[in-house]
Amino acid sequence: MSPTKTVPVVENILKANDHLARANRELLDHTHTVAVNFMASPGAGKTSVILRTIEALKDRYRIAGIDGDIATTIDADRMAAAGVHAVQINTGGACHLDAVMVQNALAQVDLERTDLLIIENVGNLICPASFPLGAHLNILIASVPEGDDKPYKYPTMYRGVQAVILNKTDILPHFDFDIDYFRRGVEALNPGLAFFPLSAKTGEGLDAWIQWLTGQVDDFLDHRTPWF
Amino acid sequence: MHELPVVQSLLEITLEHAARHHARRVVALNLVIGQLSSIVDDCVQFYWDILARDTMAQGARLHFRRVPARFRCRDCGADFALDESRLLCPGCGGFHLQLLQGDEFRLESIDIEEETTSSLQAMAKTESRFQKNL
Repeated sequence: MSPTKTVPVVENILKANDHLARANRELLDHTHTVAVNFMASPGAGKTSVILRTIEALKDRYRIAGIDGDIATTIDADRMAAAGVHAVQINTGGACHLDAVMVQNALAQVDLERTDLLIIENVGNLICPASFPLGAHLNILIASVPEGDDKPYKYPTMYRGVQAVILNKTDILPHFDFDIDYFRRGVEALNPGLAFFPLSAKTGEGLDAWIQWLTGQVDDFLDHRTPWF
Repeated sequence: MHELPVVQSLLEITLEHAARHHARRVVALNLVIGQLSSIVDDCVQFYWDILARDTMAQGARLHFRRVPARFRCRDCGADFALDESRLLCPGCGGFHLQLLQGDEFRLESIDIEEETTSSLQAMAKTESRFQKNL
């Protein structure tokens, strides 16, 4: 038998995705397009928050969308109905978007004429965290019915995002949801993280979120420097 | 879960490094996986056995070294292990934490069988002949 030896590798296992995410980012920087990746569990209200966001910002920015779903085009259709060019990515059962899928979708967006690109990830609180897409901002949408313990149960998902939205605050009176406990869990791993409790249904709290997002996007478009 | 793309990426990295070291065969992979990285060992091995078939890494064993998550409290400086139900500093009750370890997800090293001495000599000979012809 031949002798064996150990040779060092020391590489991130998902380096191929990370490289492509960087390439996506460079392309977006080049066309001065700000990409925002929305992640959440199924039913948290990603599409509702996104539609509210589009409605508030469509006169200010030229917006396009990329929508990841297991099989249907329901969400992309809703974005299109809001007047936004939306590219559908059907992941064919995959539980997350990855940088390759986004790279392919980017080719179908007129980036030169897009200021704000909204990416709706597949509803999942585990997998999307491992696959950076090259977006400038990663936003996690939580919702009241999910319970206040989610930041403690899914710490990986809550790390590495730039803002957390807590949706469906209009039903807080009907749930035992301790908002301070939730917020402590969010802040534990992200000190000073932007936090926006709101209701996409009633519109309560929406202004603070829109104001923050506008500030971030304007900063980028004015200075054209990558943030994170 | 996403073990399939993980394994595809793993195989790519492995074969690249094996070729660089003139491996004849890859015997084992040594992986370092943090507690916060979601991956199922058995599932990875299952896909590996399928995807690595007919490559020089066929039959390689996957060794997982798990790294427990540890935090440092930004308020009092204490180091402590992850308690999933609390995410609080056990010393001072502070909740501004810095992750020290536990999100690793890397291929640390591979164990390879090298080309035998005689085949290496043959390669060296070919190379010198090639250079002479230049």
